[in-house]
Amino acid sequence: MTLNLTTTAKTFGDGTKALLPTNLKVNTGEIVSLLGPSGCGKTTLLRIIAGLETPDPGGKIWFDSDDVTDLPVERRQVGMVFQSYALFPNMSVRANIGYGLKMKKLPKADIEARVSEVLEMCQLNDYAQRAITALSGGQRQRVALARAIAPRPRLLLLDEPLSALDAALRETLRDELAILLRKFNITAIFVTHDQNEAMAIADRVAVMSHGEIVQSGTPEELYRKPNSTFVASFVGSAMHLAGEINGSKLKLKGGEVSLPADGTGCEAFVRAENIQINKNGSLSGYVDTVTFLGTHYRVGISGVISEPITSIFSGNKVPKLGEKIRLTIETQSILLLPSKA
Amino acid sequence: MFRSKTKLLQLTVTLTACAFLLIPTLMSVLAGVTVNYFKGVSSGLTFKWVLNVWELYADSIFLSLWLAIACLIVTLIIGLPAAYGLARHPGWLSRLLEEFISLPLAVPGLALALALLQLYGTLSGFRTSWTFILVGHVLYTLPFMVRSILAVLAAMDLKTLEEGAASLGASPWQRFRDIVVPNAMPGILAGALTVVTLSIGEFNLTWMLHTPYLKTLPVGLADSYASMRLEIASAYTLVFFVLIVPLLMAMQWASARAQRIAQ
Repeated sequence: MTLNLTTTAKTFGDGTKALLPTNLKVNTGEIVSLLGPSGCGKTTLLRIIAGLETPDPGGKIWFDSDDVTDLPVERRQVGMVFQSYALFPNMSVRANIGYGLKMKKLPKADIEARVSEVLEMCQLNDYAQRAITALSGGQRQRVALARAIAPRPRLLLLDEPLSALDAALRETLRDELAILLRKFNITAIFVTHDQNEAMAIADRVAVMSHGEIVQSGTPEELYRKPNSTFVASFVGSAMHLAGEINGSKLKLKGGEVSLPADGTGCEAFVRAENIQINKNGSLSGYVDTVTFLGTHYRVGISGVISEPITSIFSGNKVPKLGEKIRLTIETQSILLLPSKA
Repeated sequence: MFRSKTKLLQLTVTLTACAFLLIPTLMSVLAGVTVNYFKGVSSGLTFKWVLNVWELYADSIFLSLWLAIACLIVTLIIGLPAAYGLARHPGWLSRLLEEFISLPLAVPGLALALALLQLYGTLSGFRTSWTFILVGHVLYTLPFMVRSILAVLAAMDLKTLEEGAASLGASPWQRFRDIVVPNAMPGILAGALTVVTLSIGEFNLTWMLHTPYLKTLPVGLADSYASMRLEIASAYTLVFFVLIVPLLMAMQWASARAQRIAQ
């Protein structure tokens, strides 16, 4: 199913503009992530698509060629996975998953068959008869997903589906969710504030800030060609090289670097993996911190700009704390972004 | 040594307190099955007085049971949607409404009855009907029903649960039936037992509202104390206990269970 949103906005009763007029198109089978810090409007956007919030007049929501703007949530045929899962404590796992099918008034035998199929798909067979309270966090998450997809919704919506889990489990389930969503072959939108989650699961990420989508693209596009200082620092945490830009030269506290183009009216950003420790480098700084991360070291360096910067170091000769080192930043890796007005 | 002495003292105090409360009750119950109270138990035990009570006051017993059931039905019909509405729309207005519903708890039963009499006492058909007493009982027991359900509903994320059901295609009525009511059940059960127990035991209000033809169990009890021989009054107490104690115990159990959920 194709989802199409046109000039959809949301103003709350107290006048807060939670969502500015937004256009969004999600193609059949596409998995799109709405990524942004808390309060950026991503959950509001998801709830509008679900039918749990009414958009301001003028906004339209299309499921294929059906205008669903005025349909209440129970008639939109969307599957929804909530942050808290919202599993029904008065029903078993099986009954939870079958509830949507029961609402569709399907024959009992069909319900049983579909529930068994979904249980199998989500590897929940062993838990079918359990009470919700007897499940672990990860199992609950899978039941919530199974319940949402069982009635074959037109669109699957997930609101921070992994944020209620602890860090270790989150990473495992992130990959599992990515595999499951592709197996269901369903159009899906999921909201997250975690860029790793968005990148691991989504085909396309829409980055949101202050009630609007500021950039939308594949994870690679966002990482390599951010269109704003916000996207650069939010996705992949690029560091702002604050200094004096003079044509294609950037003068920093610890030395000078060449910019890939004329940087007038821009700000320069760089990512940690593009800062190399090199004894012939044009920049100098002091080692503040060295963190061993298994495959590489993360080195915190002061003195290059007024803030500390981070470099990824994967060699054998580890810099010592307090040591004066020289660095290079490859010209082509510097992101030049229009400075905020 | 010190420990065991303290324990002994605690035990003595507890047992004495229990005896102080229980012995008069037991004496009264015993009097109800004694042939002649003034001669004591040596005169023999009998169920004659209990049968006498049944003959004289069966109507009161049935009226009380009937009133309790009617009261339960009415408080459920009003209380469940009220508690649901209050839980679903928290805010200052809901708090105010909740306090307002609870007002009859603060007003003495006699005053409540007087107000009802002043307002409706002249409507003769209503005044002499059992529904007049029912109105009093509903006023008095409704806050218990509402608060009991509200405590359980407030403890869960009702809004998200309902949104979950709605996203699966459930209409507002189906959400209420499949999600709200089953999950509120511990609160409903605790509230129901409280309402029945209170309605059966209610005296203050009922005494003001009753007519000679409409006596409830406790009003009949007072009547028997005033006008019957002591053995009959005591047998009446026994009958009252048999009805109310199991209800009281069930109510304690249900309330404790509902409170565990509400925490």
